[in-house]
Amino acid sequence: MLLASDLACERGGRTLFSGLNFSLKRGSLLHVQGANGSGKTSLLRLLCRLSTPVAGKISWDGEDVRELREEYSAQITYIGHQPAIKDELNVLENLQTAQMLAGQPVERDQALHALGLLGIKKYAHLPARVLSQGQKRRVALARLWLSSTPLWVLDEPFNALDAEATNLLQQRIENHLDDGGMAVLTTHQTPSIAVHRVNLLVLA
Amino acid sequence: MSLLNIRWFKYSSPPAFYPLAGRMIPYFAVAATLLIAAGLYLGFFEAPTDFQQGEAYRIIFIHVPAAWMSMFLYLLMAGYAALALGLNARLSAMMAASLAPTGALFTLIALLTGSFWGKPMWGAWWVWDARLTSELILLFLYIGYLSLQSAIEDRRRADRASAVFALVGVVNVPIIYFSVKWWNTLHQGASISLTKAPAMAHTMLLAMLVMALGFWMYSIAVVLMRVRCVIAEREREAGWMRDRVESD
Amino acid sequence: MMWLGLLRRELLLVLRHGSDVTAVLFFFVIAVSLFPLGLGAEPNLLRQVAPGVVWVSALLSAMLSLGRLFAADHADGTLEQIVLSPLPLVLSVAAKILGHWLVSGLPLVLLAPLLGLQFDLPVHELGILTLSLLLGTPVLSLIGAIGAALTLGVRGGGVLVAILVLPLYIPVLIFGAGAVTSSAAGLGAQGGLSLVGAMLVLAAVFAPLATAAALRIAME
Repeated sequence: MLLASDLACERGGRTLFSGLNFSLKRGSLLHVQGANGSGKTSLLRLLCRLSTPVAGKISWDGEDVRELREEYSAQITYIGHQPAIKDELNVLENLQTAQMLAGQPVERDQALHALGLLGIKKYAHLPARVLSQGQKRRVALARLWLSSTPLWVLDEPFNALDAEATNLLQQRIENHLDDGGMAVLTTHQTPSIAVHRVNLLVLA
Repeated sequence: MSLLNIRWFKYSSPPAFYPLAGRMIPYFAVAATLLIAAGLYLGFFEAPTDFQQGEAYRIIFIHVPAAWMSMFLYLLMAGYAALALGLNARLSAMMAASLAPTGALFTLIALLTGSFWGKPMWGAWWVWDARLTSELILLFLYIGYLSLQSAIEDRRRADRASAVFALVGVVNVPIIYFSVKWWNTLHQGASISLTKAPAMAHTMLLAMLVMALGFWMYSIAVVLMRVRCVIAEREREAGWMRDRVESD
Repeated sequence: MMWLGLLRRELLLVLRHGSDVTAVLFFFVIAVSLFPLGLGAEPNLLRQVAPGVVWVSALLSAMLSLGRLFAADHADGTLEQIVLSPLPLVLSVAAKILGHWLVSGLPLVLLAPLLGLQFDLPVHELGILTLSLLLGTPVLSLIGAIGAALTLGVRGGGVLVAILVLPLYIPVLIFGAGAVTSSAAGLGAQGGLSLVGAMLVLAAVFAPLATAAALRIAME
């Protein structure tokens, strides 16, 4: 379970939010909503320990994540705005490297299978620089079919995706929740996931 | 009322420190003026004439205390940097940032006065002796700190990044001093130490100590003034600052 | 093993896009050649200044190559993934620095004897020079990494890194070049070389820590 208590965040001298509380149980989704600049990305980065809160704390299964450090990092798959792809490597290498860095190395076949599910298997051996934004995003998202971490933190994952890929991703997230995983995401769309599983957090 | 009864911690927040600093500045400013005047008098009038160097040597009464201050302020700056990083204390970060310009100023004074002393002594405006060279590198460290502070726009990141740099610098300072001495003996450069006199007369040492103390009082006054400006600028949006401005 | 995987990634990236690495090597060669052109080619003078010239040029080359260390990963978001990795950031940083040195520092070491020949350095001193650079260039990568991390994404980055890092390079420069000079003077190189070695140990222990801290500050 992920618990945030009294969280406060500052950026560029401004307080984005303060006194934020929420809890997230396994099998549920936290949908963070808010206008541009309201601190959605900042909150997600706080949850990943990429930045430190000005006040408050985050705990994972009862323990402060500041104490857990790498143990907590191992629980998270984070996909941010940028697809985190190296142009010089080919698509397959990018996916395998990303999984290796996350501590969950995968075999070629597994990676190719995931790429296939997202319809980009034919690009597997091409350098990533020839891909479009949407295709790069699919490469980044392919990790979600390979990773086994309980917590997914996704920043605008549906960006640049067509209807088919959007459905695929929604289904994948549902399956993840079914398996006892949890997810935090921001999106302007409304994910069509069973309402009782979705907690809504709106940042003013 | 013993010192222990005063709750010192309450002054570690900018709103509490701001007025306290304001009240303290005049005392330090007065002390600085008196001590520097006394030091200059002792150095320029009371201390005996050096039969080797004549009157020109008197500039060491500025040079040596300035060099001491440049080192001392760097150590202090690193201390506040450590506090800023370790305790995440806003005020410590502001203090470190406020110390740097004064430290750099004293380093510059030390270098310039050292150069002015060198000219009549050895006929050159600059000699690469161990002490002056180390002082020059210290100036580079100050410049690095100040450049980093001004280049980063986000204040919090600027404070913490320059704090890391100050700490890396302070660890390197003894290494740099040692390496410069080593370099000096290797290349047999000017081995005259600018601060050693065969036997320093009592009045000379006294003059230097008084000047050093005066410089210290000056530094405190100036740093307090500067930190108040920094506080005012950064906390400008905060409620307590607005109330103050309105009530003034 | 994740650490090796990261190192392999670094080397693979350079292999695919090696032009910026070779550019630094060309700079090294050109910089060294500038000095005789500026100082005059009197053989005795060149023999004397050779250690300093090669060392200073190596320093400047190392500094120019620092931009490669974190900037690209920061720009495309992979640095975030490295920070998020269950591999402790200190170790990730160490892997990146090692990769950086293998690609930007080691070639300088290999080139140095050739350049030293241009200055008519005797063979024994060429050996000392190479050894001093072998021990010293990793220190340049290590200390430089701190500067690169502190200035990540900051405007005016290149010159700013220089201002921060060059003063910190001075001890290595003194010991490294000094080792060759004292050897040439008949005083033996052990003193200088062991001091460079000591700096290597110190830097290897502390620089990754400072760099990791600086990276986290930069990523806030």
